Amino acid sequence: MINRRQFCKRAIIAVGGLMLPLAALEIFDPRTLQAEKETGNKTRWGFLVDTRKCVGCGFCVKACKIENEVPYDANVTRTWVERYVVTRDGKTYIDSPKGARDGFTSPKIDQNHHGMHEIPPQEVTKAFFVPKLCNQCENPPCVQVCPVGATYQTEDGVVLIDRTWCIGCGYCIMGCPYSVRFFHPVHHVAEKCNFCYHRISQGMKTACVDACPFGARSVGNLKDPDDPVTRIIMTERVSVLKEEYGTKPQVFYLGLSKEVK
Amino acid sequence: MKNHVLRPLYVALALVGFILFVRKLLVPVDFGIYERGYMYGWHRKSNEAEWKGVRIKYKTDKGCRDCHRDKYEEISKSGHSIISCENCHGPRYEHPKDPPGLTVDRSRGLCVRCHAHIPYMTGGRGDIPGIDPEKHYPQAECVMCHLSHNPKPMNQKREARS
Repeated sequence: MINRRQFCKRAIIAVGGLMLPLAALEIFDPRTLQAEKETGNKTRWGFLVDTRKCVGCGFCVKACKIENEVPYDANVTRTWVERYVVTRDGKTYIDSPKGARDGFTSPKIDQNHHGMHEIPPQEVTKAFFVPKLCNQCENPPCVQVCPVGATYQTEDGVVLIDRTWCIGCGYCIMGCPYSVRFFHPVHHVAEKCNFCYHRISQGMKTACVDACPFGARSVGNLKDPDDPVTRIIMTERVSVLKEEYGTKPQVFYLGLSKEVK
Repeated sequence: MKNHVLRPLYVALALVGFILFVRKLLVPVDFGIYERGYMYGWHRKSNEAEWKGVRIKYKTDKGCRDCHRDKYEEISKSGHSIISCENCHGPRYEHPKDPPGLTVDRSRGLCVRCHAHIPYMTGGRGDIPGIDPEKHYPQAECVMCHLSHNPKPMNQKREARS
């Protein structure tokens, strides 16, 4: 016969156990994803950025803006490149003038209202460029917060926005931890990178991948074990941005430094 | 039951019916829950096809090679072969039909994207031959002296002699 004390103890354990979401126990692993390839669809788009190869020319940003009809002179862009300069005294300077649409053409760093900051070359301990784009998260927070079902994820993992259905409330723009979303100045709806869905679904690469002269960007199918991009993600030391948010980003970075936010 | 009780009830029911009718009219037929479940896959299915149907502007180098074979092979031997034709010549669309001529970018701004010297020893940028755009012939366009298709200094001289 169960007594009151035992009942309370077991009840607390049971309730505690129930409150743990299953997702908390699940660790994202591209291998799991690949193991699921037999069930249903054969495609899960992923992206690989090699920050060691990027020189900050900004051809990717230019190509993206033209390919995806993002107004060229408006200060919004689907993809952008950030510059990080770490100095001897441990400070990190970050800038991305016009999203690097015209590349980085000066060693001076744009510090907004503090003006342009010039760092003598001997003071620089580390300097690198980090291209950014939509992470096409496995758990996209932007999709969860959409009140009308205007943004959604396709079977192959790309998050899209229905322009006719978006009401422009901006929840998704606030909800994205990576700040990849913005209002389209012409269509007045939420906008973001969609891995050039019109290109990848026809077997092409994204416009930014084709425009990059240095091979810093590549796009691939994570469910295909022979895909060169998938191979690198499986075998090399890749990292993702803001892993602690649990969004499970599908843009992987090679050579990512700890300064990158 | 008395009529004065039923009448507002009918009005309320009619209102509910009207709202459901309007909803039926406004919500597209293919709006529903798809592969990614209720949380991520609740959308209008035909929108996927709309995104797939966006016009491609950058058609990659493959098409350029078909017509401009000699030019393509010449450039493929140069250091600039890593740069896509369309990066400088503009997106191809349906060229030569549309646009018949491309918008070639010969500006200084295009070259200094890579060739403005930024002395970062970590990463590849510091290794690219570079200039200070403010000091190196600031008024001139790069293409006045440099051959963008064949950028080695040796080749520049040969071209000048011929």
